[in-house]
Amino acid sequence: MSTDLDPRRPYRLSPTVSLRPEPFGALVYDFATRRLSFLKTPTLTQIVRDLDQYPDVDTAMAAAGVPAGEHDQYLKALDRLLAAGTIHPLPPDEGPP
Amino acid sequence: MKLVDHFQHGLDAPICLTWELTYACNLACTHCLSSSGRRDPRELSTEECKRVIDELQRMQVFYVNIGGGEPTVRSDFWELLEYAIDHQVGVKFSTNGVRISQERARQLAAMDYVDIQVSLDGATPEVNDAVRGPGSFDTAWRAMENLAEAGFTGFKISVVMTRHNVDQLDQFKRIADHFDAQLRITRLRPSGRGADVWDELHPTQEQQRQLYEWLLGNGENVLTGDSFFHLNALGSAPLPGLNLCGAGRVVCLIDPIGDVYACPFAIHDEFLAGNVRGPGGFTEVWRTSALFEQLRQPQTGGACTSCSAYDSCRGGCMAAKFFTGLPLDGPDPECVKGNAEQALELAGAGAAPKPDKDHSRRTAPRRRSAVPVSIGWGPPDDRIPDRACDTSPLAGFSLPEPRRT
Repeated sequence: MSTDLDPRRPYRLSPTVSLRPEPFGALVYDFATRRLSFLKTPTLTQIVRDLDQYPDVDTAMAAAGVPAGEHDQYLKALDRLLAAGTIHPLPPDEGPP
Repeated sequence: MKLVDHFQHGLDAPICLTWELTYACNLACTHCLSSSGRRDPRELSTEECKRVIDELQRMQVFYVNIGGGEPTVRSDFWELLEYAIDHQVGVKFSTNGVRISQERARQLAAMDYVDIQVSLDGATPEVNDAVRGPGSFDTAWRAMENLAEAGFTGFKISVVMTRHNVDQLDQFKRIADHFDAQLRITRLRPSGRGADVWDELHPTQEQQRQLYEWLLGNGENVLTGDSFFHLNALGSAPLPGLNLCGAGRVVCLIDPIGDVYACPFAIHDEFLAGNVRGPGGFTEVWRTSALFEQLRQPQTGGACTSCSAYDSCRGGCMAAKFFTGLPLDGPDPECVKGNAEQALELAGAGAAPKPDKDHSRRTAPRRRSAVPVSIGWGPPDDRIPDRACDTSPLAGFSLPEPRRT
């Protein structure tokens, strides 16, 4: 799988992005690009919201209870969110607790 | 459940809402959706507007489309704009450009979370001014120049598609590219004064196909406010967008006096859900009004159910049907399958409801062409008057210098 996302590194929600939880997942709004998009599952919403609480993406996905069979699918979704600027790599000096 | 199905059932807060701040307008466009012109004395005060913004922030409505009337003629417009942005409610406002001076443009370019839509209904002054009034093309053009010079890139040029400008689509695109702006085209609605000009201005069947083909070719970079989903019945390729009527489900309108309507094209008691001045504010209207509850129920296609295209066009636009006198569960007046003709005939002439809100000026707008006038005082200097009555009775006479003693 070709991806720019490194599942062994920490990421976070972009500071210009807000999430609004919805039954289907969440609305995503980037105040900087004025773009509205959607997270289509509550699990993806949880991963994205809490991303900066974990040392890496794999741990964040495990904490949200992503089944092994759906691991790659979620990784692809996160990769798209990285490309869209919704999530960013967490700078080294702002590491998770 | 698919995303669109969630939207059909309504969300706890709108995704985006339109808020018309005033019915006052310096123009008198022939197709104005809100029949604007005169300010309404009941319009929300600055403080009441701020309370609405507070609610939108709590509901996480990320942005509002502000319009009117001409919103920038409200003296507190810039104050409200800043208040919204400071409260995480982004603003996209529509303007005819009248107040977008060089200085305002620089100020706007420096602000985050603000987007601007300049209305232009013709790519040439002739086509534009026929609908929007004399001089309005130049006003819009100056505003766009000011924005571009100030470095405000990506603002929107908003065009209502009419019979006279469908052929100008490529020209509009070039204008947008020239200003590093984005083209936004929307559908003409028979709402407000639009009802008076609908028959002469709405695109012909042939033009609808032309529009559809153009959108398929250029649609990715052109915004449509999702307003052309009724054209999806023309082919198998759906137009980009959600392609659903969001009225009362994911969108709504707050009008200048705080009335909440199902959508910006439906300013009529039939679609009035409540008022933000009520005890529960906007939130309660959005969540509990009987009208919105009803719109969020599964809708029936009525006469359209048996049509092969129903799944792609969903029966079209509720407001367009209502204001042309068609039943809401029947075909759109611009049905591309040609089903509206018979329905319109069945409905009969005079079936269209009378608009029940009108803020049009009672007379044509005063033309304020600037004539330089100065009032002279005293005798003209070294000048022979061309008429005997010009200025001073002493005109033309040089008084002898008083002798100094």
